[in-house]
Amino acid sequence: MRSGKLLLTGAHRLAILVYVVFALFPLFWLLKVSVTPNDLLYSEGVRMWPSRTTFEHFQFVIAHSAFPTFFKNSLIVSGATAVVVTILASLSGYALSRFTFRAKYWIVALMLITQMFPLVMLVAPIFKMLSPLGLTNSLTGLVIVYSAFNVPFATFLMQSFFDGIPKDLEEAAMIDGATQFVAFRQIILPLTLPGIAATLGFVFTAAWSELLFALMLISGNDAATFPVGLLTFVSKFSVDFGQMMAAGVLALIPACLFFLLIQRYLVQGLTAGAVKG
Amino acid sequence: MASIDIESVRKSYGPFPVLHGVDLTIRDGEFIVLVGPSGCGKSTLLRMIAGLEEVTSGEIRISGNRVNDLAPKDRDIAMVFQSYALYPHMSVADNMSYSLRLRKTAKEKIASAVGSAATKLGLDPLLERRPKALSGGQRQRVAMGRAIVRQPKAFLFDEPLSNLDARLREQMRAEIKKLHADLKATSIYVTHDQIEAMTLADRIVAMHGGVVQQVGTPLELYDTPANLFVAGFIGSPGMNFLEGRYVVTGEGAGIRLSDGTVVPVARRTGIGPDAAVTLGIRPEHVVISDSGMLEAGVELVEPTGFGIILHLSLHGLPFKIFTLDREALSAGPKVRVDFPQKHLHVFDEKGNRVD
Amino acid sequence: MMHQPIAKHRPPLRKRLADASEPYLYSAPALVLIVAVMLVPLVLGISYAFRDIQLLNPFSGGFIGLDHFRALGQDQAFFGALRNTLWWTGASVLLQFTFGLILALLLDKPFYGRGLVQALVFLPWAVPSFLAGLNWAWLFNPVIGPLPHWLYALGLLDAPHNILSDPNLAMWGPIVANVWWGIPFFAITLLAALQAIPRDLYEAAAIDGAGPVQRFLSITLPFLAPTIAITVLLRTVWISNFADLIVVMTNGGPADRTQIVASYIFTQAFKRLDFGYASAIALVLLVLLLVYSMLIVLLRQTMLNKG
Repeated sequence: MRSGKLLLTGAHRLAILVYVVFALFPLFWLLKVSVTPNDLLYSEGVRMWPSRTTFEHFQFVIAHSAFPTFFKNSLIVSGATAVVVTILASLSGYALSRFTFRAKYWIVALMLITQMFPLVMLVAPIFKMLSPLGLTNSLTGLVIVYSAFNVPFATFLMQSFFDGIPKDLEEAAMIDGATQFVAFRQIILPLTLPGIAATLGFVFTAAWSELLFALMLISGNDAATFPVGLLTFVSKFSVDFGQMMAAGVLALIPACLFFLLIQRYLVQGLTAGAVKG
Repeated sequence: MASIDIESVRKSYGPFPVLHGVDLTIRDGEFIVLVGPSGCGKSTLLRMIAGLEEVTSGEIRISGNRVNDLAPKDRDIAMVFQSYALYPHMSVADNMSYSLRLRKTAKEKIASAVGSAATKLGLDPLLERRPKALSGGQRQRVAMGRAIVRQPKAFLFDEPLSNLDARLREQMRAEIKKLHADLKATSIYVTHDQIEAMTLADRIVAMHGGVVQQVGTPLELYDTPANLFVAGFIGSPGMNFLEGRYVVTGEGAGIRLSDGTVVPVARRTGIGPDAAVTLGIRPEHVVISDSGMLEAGVELVEPTGFGIILHLSLHGLPFKIFTLDREALSAGPKVRVDFPQKHLHVFDEKGNRVD
Repeated sequence: MMHQPIAKHRPPLRKRLADASEPYLYSAPALVLIVAVMLVPLVLGISYAFRDIQLLNPFSGGFIGLDHFRALGQDQAFFGALRNTLWWTGASVLLQFTFGLILALLLDKPFYGRGLVQALVFLPWAVPSFLAGLNWAWLFNPVIGPLPHWLYALGLLDAPHNILSDPNLAMWGPIVANVWWGIPFFAITLLAALQAIPRDLYEAAAIDGAGPVQRFLSITLPFLAPTIAITVLLRTVWISNFADLIVVMTNGGPADRTQIVASYIFTQAFKRLDFGYASAIALVLLVLLLVYSMLIVLLRQTMLNKG
C-alpha cells in the first residue's frame, strides 16, 4: 500500500515535470540561440547551451533596426486597447450583472455570436471601411478594431467578477446617498480590482499577439506593430537567426510579464463563472 | 425624526403578488418590528420603504411626503443589512463617514459626528481598521454606527442580528434597545425571531403570506392573538391547539373534544352552538394536577435548565407543557392536566379569535 | 375586500425613462463599437460575396450574383483547403483536449510548488501566436533547431531534414505548435470546472467504497461534461478559423499541403486583393461552421432527451 502510494506520487511528479519541460523548452531554445555567438551557431547547433554567450544580437536589434519603433507601436496599441476595452467592459459587464432589462438576452446573444464567426471574414470589409477614414496604416485604426474584437469576452469576464460582489454593498451606498453610478464607481469598481487586472492583462496580451489585421491594415515600418515587424524582418533576413531570436525574446517579455501577473486572477474569474453556471 | 405612513401598498413580481395591500401608520419615534416566517413579505415591505424595491400600487409617506418615486438617497433613511454590507476597502471611520462625505458635510462636522457615534458604540479603538479585521459583533456595531452618524429620519433594520451567535445576539439586542431609548429614532426592524420582536418592539406587525395578521404591542399579541397564525408564531415553545366543537351548557359554555370531554370556557359571542372551533393554550399555562380532567401520555422529557418541557400525547395528538417544577422530570408514564379558563383561546373555523 | 380594482401606480414619465434607460447607458459604448466594427463589416462582407471587389481595379464593384460561388465550385485549391481544415482542426482539438484534461487533473492535486508550476505550464498561452509559430518553425529547422536531429536519432526521419518542407509531413508542424500553444486554454478551463466540484462528493464516494477510477467515471466526468462539451465546440470553431500559425510557419505550402480555408481567405484578400472572392469563401466557411454548431447542439439535445 505504502510503496504503491509512493509510486503514484512519483508518477504524478514525473508527469508534471514532462509538462513543464514541454512548455518551457521552445522558449528556452529561443533564449539559447539569441545568446549564441554567430560563429558557434552551426558548430554547436544541437548543444543545450553554447560554450560562449554574447549579447551582440540584442545590441544589434536595439541599436540598428526598426525594432524599437515596432516595440513602441505595439506598446501604444496594446496599452490603449487594454484601457479602452477594460473601461467599456466594466460598464457593460456591470449592466449585465446588475440589471434585468428587455434587451439583455439579445445583447448576450450578440456578444456570443461575435465569438463564433470567423474574423478573417471581416478583413476585407474592415479595410474598405477604414480606408476612406484614413484609419488604415494608423495605430488608432488598430486600437479601434482590436477593442471591438476584445470587448465581448472582456464583458463576460468582468460580469463574472461583478457577480461575485454582493448587491447589498450598492444598496447600502444608495441608502447612504449615492446614485447607482456613484456606487458603481466608488464602491464596486475598487472591489473589482483583481477583475480589472485580469481584463487588462488578457486584452493586452491578445492585442500584442494579433497578426492578421495588423498585416492587412498596416504597410510600411512607421506604424508596424511587433508581429508585423518581426515577420518582415524574418522574410528579409532569414539567415540572421541570432538577431531574429533576440527580437523574439524581446517580443515575449511584456506579454509574459503581464500573464504571470494576472494568471491566478484569470483562473479565479473562470472558477467564479463556473460555480455560477 | 419622522412618522411613516403606508397606505394600501401592494407588490407583485410580474403576475405573482407578494404583498396584498398593507396599511400601517408608524408614529414618530416608534420602534416597529415586522415579524413573520421567511417569504411573508416583511423584507419586501422594508425594502420598499427604503426605496430599493418599486411600489406596485399604494403610497408610502415619510413625514407626510409621498416618497414612492424618490431614489433611496433622497429619502433620508438609514439601513442596517443582515450581511452588514460594510465597504471592504474602507476603514471603519470611512465606512461611517461615507454618507456625510457624499453630502459634502464640513470636515469638522464629520469628525465630530463619527467621533460621538464611535464613542456611543465603543468603536473608538477600531476606527482605523478594515472590516476584514473585525469580529462579527464589531462589524455589527460598525453597521449601526454607519446608520446613526447621519441622524436620519428613520432607521431600517433587515434581520441585523441573524448572523451572530446566540450570546452575542442577546447582547446586541439589549444594545439596540438602549440605543433606541437614547436616540428616540423612528425604527422599523425586520426579523423572523419572535423573541427579538417581543423584546424590542413598541408595536409588532405580524405578517404571513403577504398579509398583515395583527398589529399591537408585544403583550397584546401574546395575550390576545388575533388568529391561529399569530397564536402559533408568537411564544416558544408554541401554543397547543386542540380541535373541538363549541357547546353551550346550562351553567356556561365549553369545547367538546374528540373524546367527548368538555373543557369549560367563558361564554363567547359570534359563534353558534356546535360550531367547529380550535382551542388554544400555551404550554406554560397548562397545570399538572392529579385531579386534572384530561389524561395524557408522556412521550419525552426535555430539561432546558431553566424549566422543563414535557412532550405529551393527548388523544394521539402532540401536546406540550412548560413548567418550572423540577418534579416534572420524573413525570410519567401518564399525567393528568387542567386548563385554567382565563388562559384559553378559542378560534373559529376560519382561524380568527372569538371572545 | 379582494374585489377592489388595483390601481396600477405610475411614476412620473421622467423617472420611468431614467430608470429604464440606465442599463442601456452602461452597455451602449460597448454595443456601438461591436455593431460598427463587427456587425456592419459582417453584413458588408456577406454582400461582397456577391460583388466583384478587387482593390487594385477601380472599375470593379459590380453585382455579379453567384459567380464567385460557381468559381469556388471549380476551385481545386479550395477543396484541398477544406480537407486540410478538417485534418488540422480535428487533430489539434483532439490533442489539445486530451493533454489539457490530463494536465488539469494533475494540477487539481495539491502539491508543493503548485502555484509556480501552474504559472509555468500555462505560459505558452501568453506567447503571441506569431511568435509561437516562428519559434516552432525554428525548432523544426535542421540548421538551428534540434528537433530534426532528435527525430532522425529516434529513427522517425530517414534524414535530419525540415518536415515543414516535406509535403507529407508539413501539417504536423503547425499542429504541434498549436497543441503546445493551446493546451493551457483547455487546462485552465477544465481546472476551473474541476475545482468547482464539491470535495465532499469524493469523500462520500470513497466512504461508499468507490476506487479512484470509479470516482473519476461517476463524479469527475459527469461534472465536467457540460464544460467539455462547450469548450470543445467553441475551440473547434475557433481553431478552424485560426490561420496565424499556418501563415507564419508555412504560408500554406509546400504545394498548398498546409493551406486551410482561413489562410486561403487571407491569401486571397491580402496577396491577390480580391476581396469579393475572399468574402465568398468566408461566407461558405461561416455557413459550414454554423451547420456544425447546430448539429452538435441537436446531437446534445437528442442525447439529453434519451438520457
